[in-house]
Amino acid sequence: MKILKIFSLVLSTFVVSGVFASDMKVGFIYIGPPGDHGWNYQHDVGRQAVDEAFGGKVETVFQENVPESADAERVMTQMALSGADMIFATSFGYMDPVINVAKKFPNVKFEHATGYKTADNVSTYSARFYEGRTVIGHVAGKMTKSNKIGYVASYPIPEVVRGINSAYLAAKAANPNVEFKVIWIFTWYDPAKEADAAKTLIQQGADVIMQHVDSSAIMTVAEEAGVYAFGQASDMSEFGPNAHLTAIINGWAPYYVKRVQQAMDGTWKGGEQTFDGIGAGMVIIGNMSDKIPANVRKEAQDLANGIASGDIHPFTGPVNKQDGSPWLASGETADIGTLLGMNFYVEGIEGDIPQ
Amino acid sequence: MDFSDINFSLLIASLIVAATPILLAALGELITEKSGVLNLGVEGMMIFGAISGFIVTIETNNPWLGFLCSCIGGMLLASIFAVVTQIFRANQVASGLALTLFGLGLSALLGQSYTGIKPVAFPDMHIPILADIPIIGIILFQHDFIVYFSIFAVISVYFLFRNSHFGLIIKAVGENHDSAHALGYKVILIRFFTILIGGAFAGLGGGYLSLVRVPQWTEGMTAGAGWIALALVVFASWQPFRLLIGAYIFGGITLLQLNLQALGLEINVALLSMSPYLVTIGVLVFMSARRNKNSLDAPRSLGKTFFGL
Repeated sequence: MKILKIFSLVLSTFVVSGVFASDMKVGFIYIGPPGDHGWNYQHDVGRQAVDEAFGGKVETVFQENVPESADAERVMTQMALSGADMIFATSFGYMDPVINVAKKFPNVKFEHATGYKTADNVSTYSARFYEGRTVIGHVAGKMTKSNKIGYVASYPIPEVVRGINSAYLAAKAANPNVEFKVIWIFTWYDPAKEADAAKTLIQQGADVIMQHVDSSAIMTVAEEAGVYAFGQASDMSEFGPNAHLTAIINGWAPYYVKRVQQAMDGTWKGGEQTFDGIGAGMVIIGNMSDKIPANVRKEAQDLANGIASGDIHPFTGPVNKQDGSPWLASGETADIGTLLGMNFYVEGIEGDIPQ
Repeated sequence: MDFSDINFSLLIASLIVAATPILLAALGELITEKSGVLNLGVEGMMIFGAISGFIVTIETNNPWLGFLCSCIGGMLLASIFAVVTQIFRANQVASGLALTLFGLGLSALLGQSYTGIKPVAFPDMHIPILADIPIIGIILFQHDFIVYFSIFAVISVYFLFRNSHFGLIIKAVGENHDSAHALGYKVILIRFFTILIGGAFAGLGGGYLSLVRVPQWTEGMTAGAGWIALALVVFASWQPFRLLIGAYIFGGITLLQLNLQALGLEINVALLSMSPYLVTIGVLVFMSARRNKNSLDAPRSLGKTFFGL
């Protein structure tokens, strides 16, 4: 497997070099294929927006299926050597590789998605997906009949834990009897495994499935079983016209265009940490299905608007941690540090976060 | 924690479904390896079978035709391997790895316009009377045709190698191709045949993944199933029934792990996910430590190139 990946990397790094001269060359590395209709697809939409916005002035290249390992370092080194001025690394696990490669190429600008380590030529960006999860959590709480909501999670990193917590708080507020069943599958992209996890949750009585993994397999399974699910990263209604309630869509395009523009103007700075949500358009709530009753649709929309304007914060006290110890006092909202490093469940969620 | 949430008959029924793709692919590889050929391209043949079957099912709305074309797709890829290793005598390991890369790339290319489409459902076949038996009916007799076929194929392969003349010839070629050649058997021809059969099974396993188990097409959707199938053959020490048990244990542990998690049980997920692989390693160590003559039961010409005519 390892050998294979190296082979494919070596083969494909030769494919990414361009022919015609342009002012700037921007590289993107993806953890999976852009054809996943999920996470990578949206980053590629952002890349295409850069292509469009700058015409021939900016040339973009990308490398798909880059593992979160030393291979990532090799790919980025290769990109930098072949003339990339700016590199977007679009997965959490590229964090240390980005820092290492950035040291070797101080003149190349690095942008790392969802990480927390920066340098003089490394900035990070992430979306407040948890804002979107608050909205869909509310919908899930209203739509479940069995009061069991299934949640397919990838890796126990703060971003995913944050999503579970915000979804749970919103679902619980919408429906006090709601119960969460979480399955961790330790992969971002494995359609068969995702499908198995969703089937298991459905067999155990869940009738609304949420996901924090990248493929559309869960939507397909939900459609077959006659339960509800939400699109992840992209609208996935084509995979489950009846099952699809709404989607959290990642809107990277404005950010990518802005940062590339700044790089061209010389105003780009390293060490910045962007963390935008619904307000800035980095998190978009997709079309809501008419399977959702009109009043619930309106509540969800109001919630989204409130979060966008800053009137509502998804983590507003009183909230206790899982063990019952107080976290947020009444009216208090969570600080950014705790959110970025979140490693605990809120009170009411059963089970442990795997270490 | 409430164990009543787990429906054990459904659990066993779905583990059989979950195990079917790797069971089929591993069975094909077992036949190939019995003749002394190591084809590491299972993953590539599987995914190519997955996309071939998917495209045909979408275009014709006939999943039966889709499964047939999965087999043909797997065989097409296998035939490349056969030509390269048997006629041009290339190294089998390298050729097999190349086949996997080729299959993954080619299927991604062919599948580009097939994402986001749903194939027509492949119906379950409820076997009359038997399907109505409580518990056992759900577990065994409410599956689709391919599940029944996979079990039937395991039994057939068992009898092929145990009771049939042709099975013995394949075994002879795999154990010692020079002797088999001296006895007048057409080593190359027989290996060609077993490679193609291996490809057909791998393709069918892939087709099952894209047409029944997930069911949709996504790039790289086999996600390592082909490699698990390869390991399973060694785990089963080249015996069809051990293969069946191995595949079901593998599917079972995977699903049990998911079920326990959904219950909110405090388990070490990483450890449990790892356990099928740990068992495989354990079995290998145990078997190779046993210094009997048939310690690993591997065909003795496995992976060796035949230089006769």
